[in-house]
Amino acid sequence: MTHPLASLRKSLACAYPAAAFETVALGAPALDRRLGGGILRAALHEAYAETAADAPAATGFALALARRAMAGAEKPLLWVRQEALTAEAGAPYPPGLADIGLDPAAVAFIRVRDAREALQAGAEAGRCAAVGATLIELFGAARAYDLTASRRLALAAAAAGAPIFIVRAGAVSAPSAAASRWLVRALPSRPLAANAPGSAAFAIFLLRRRGGAAGQERQEWRVEWSRDRGAFKDRIFDAPSLSRPVASLSVGGAPDEGASQTAGRKFG
Amino acid sequence: MTLADAKARAPHLAVAQADAEADERLMLRLAAFCEQFTPLVALDPPCGLMLDATGCAHLFGGDAALRTSVLQAMARLSFTGRAAVAGTPDAARALARFGAEGVTPPGEDEIFARPLSIAALEAPRETSVALTRAGLATLGDLADRSSAALTARFGDETMRRLTRILGREDARITPLRVLPDCMVERRFAEPFLDLSAIEHVLRPLIAEAMGLLEKRGQGGRAFEARFFRTDGAVRALCFETGAPSRNVEALLRLFRLKADSLADPLDPGYGFDVIRFGVLNAETLAQSQIGFERRDAQDGDFADLVDRLAARFGRERVLRFAARDTHDPLRAAAYVDAAASPSSPPGAWPKPEPGEPPLRPLFLFDPPQPIETMAETPDGPPMHFKWRRVRHLIARAEGPERIAPEWWRNAAGARRRTRDYYRLEDRDGRRFWVFREGLYESETAAPRWFLHGLFA
Repeated sequence: MTHPLASLRKSLACAYPAAAFETVALGAPALDRRLGGGILRAALHEAYAETAADAPAATGFALALARRAMAGAEKPLLWVRQEALTAEAGAPYPPGLADIGLDPAAVAFIRVRDAREALQAGAEAGRCAAVGATLIELFGAARAYDLTASRRLALAAAAAGAPIFIVRAGAVSAPSAAASRWLVRALPSRPLAANAPGSAAFAIFLLRRRGGAAGQERQEWRVEWSRDRGAFKDRIFDAPSLSRPVASLSVGGAPDEGASQTAGRKFG
Repeated sequence: MTLADAKARAPHLAVAQADAEADERLMLRLAAFCEQFTPLVALDPPCGLMLDATGCAHLFGGDAALRTSVLQAMARLSFTGRAAVAGTPDAARALARFGAEGVTPPGEDEIFARPLSIAALEAPRETSVALTRAGLATLGDLADRSSAALTARFGDETMRRLTRILGREDARITPLRVLPDCMVERRFAEPFLDLSAIEHVLRPLIAEAMGLLEKRGQGGRAFEARFFRTDGAVRALCFETGAPSRNVEALLRLFRLKADSLADPLDPGYGFDVIRFGVLNAETLAQSQIGFERRDAQDGDFADLVDRLAARFGRERVLRFAARDTHDPLRAAAYVDAAASPSSPPGAWPKPEPGEPPLRPLFLFDPPQPIETMAETPDGPPMHFKWRRVRHLIARAEGPERIAPEWWRNAAGARRRTRDYYRLEDRDGRRFWVFREGLYESETAAPRWFLHGLFA
């Protein structure tokens, strides 16, 4: 005789196809364990920049997530951006995109006038099964992005089976239908030889996770994006103390910990 | 008569300045309206329209009936006009302006044109005076003379005009708009008013046009739906696809998006007389076959999405990145129209070297943002800099990466300086791409600093 739980599981599996729970691992073991495997693939995710100056970090984080989600599938990324952001934070620069591991040839870029158009374009793209991931960058308060709009995007993502990322700078987090919401801040990188800035690093804070117990995630994570592995890396150690006075900060001095990973780096 | 004279005779005379531009706009509107009779319509300055009715007249029941329909349509718009149908444009113009209007049977242009006065030549004043003095009153008189002598006396232009009016030499008009590759239309006995049912008209129209294209092995790239309103207004809606298409539903969807995005929505007013669907640009498109490869289908879907987005937001907003082979960071990447250009081939973008951190920023400022810096040495990286009133204390730096300007592009006088780029990271972990413009001492005494990009 089958266990009642087993039959319940079976009927649940019928009601909710496995695809709905497919996760994308971030590649950082400790973080993935905490997330129960990673973030949901067919869902809406939000990345909030902690301050306006962290907007590039938030976009970079979302792009890295998109890169994880698109790995293996030869589908393009659709990047929707509000025009106002260009004056604020510059225009996307394809070689920089390649430098964080995304193929610029596999990116379509849409420049829209306001948040309403951005959400329309994002929903249109998110519904399309030929799109690997959709990234929507909103600027400022963006009143058009409300619960209904986020619900629409979440449904589009669920239908197409590809993630939609919302990146917001200069906004306070509001209720939405997102499966996860992250607060992103730029983190000092691990220095390379001669105290050169290293790979992109982020301090991320999981504000909300659908299905996750409240309060459980109240912890800041420090991760580094490794382009070569196409994965995040846990940053277990901290950056060297930054409380030294400016004068003693010699730009040429190589701190101890970065030296090990910089072997073989060429200088041109 | 001068204006003062005229006002003296009729004190209540209303006076308005002649506005040639407004006249021309009106004529262009009328020309668009007349496109419902034939797609080949040209302006015939100063105040005429030339319709090439070759092959169209039978649709209206013959030349005479076509002429009547045109005049009736004009009368509905409260215009009176003179209209003549003739074998050549010049004959028609001369008959409409100087002769009996009406229809000239084919080949009889000369018979009808001969009695016209020589004013119909519309020659310069001295020519007509000379001709009159010579006792030549009609075109017939002129036609009987030796053309060589007349050409020697009055010039080539006048004589060419004569031969054309007499129908001895044919000329073509240059229509205002290029003839579409393929065109289908619906005429309504009663004006069509119901905008919500417009797709029921368009769907069979598009299907018909696509059927024509399929027979030719073509697909359309650019399309146009034209709506001729009863009151003379003509509205055209154009949309394009990235690749040749014969997909009726996809085109209808593009039409819907375009119609929804109009700032000034489609308004039937008193109704549409004619709805026309034209394929402006057709390209070869092989008979479609369901492929075994999924990739093709996906590419198709994606192209379809790009078309939809382009129809909704404008083609200049849906973009793709194109790589350029140059070391100048500003020129290394271009934004191109996603619908018009294929994706760049694999390997077009330089692969970053393993082990390197990102060397190029994710976002680039154009133009670069000026910053105030404080550096330890004139040719070293800054210790801190101020951008948008915020001071950034630099914790890590790498550089310089010297990028010389492309001297072969420098226009004379507009000399660009060498740039020394630095990758910087401030104490909060924000990463910047800054440069110092000009080599210290050799190019400039006081190099200026700029922020060019932001890293993730």
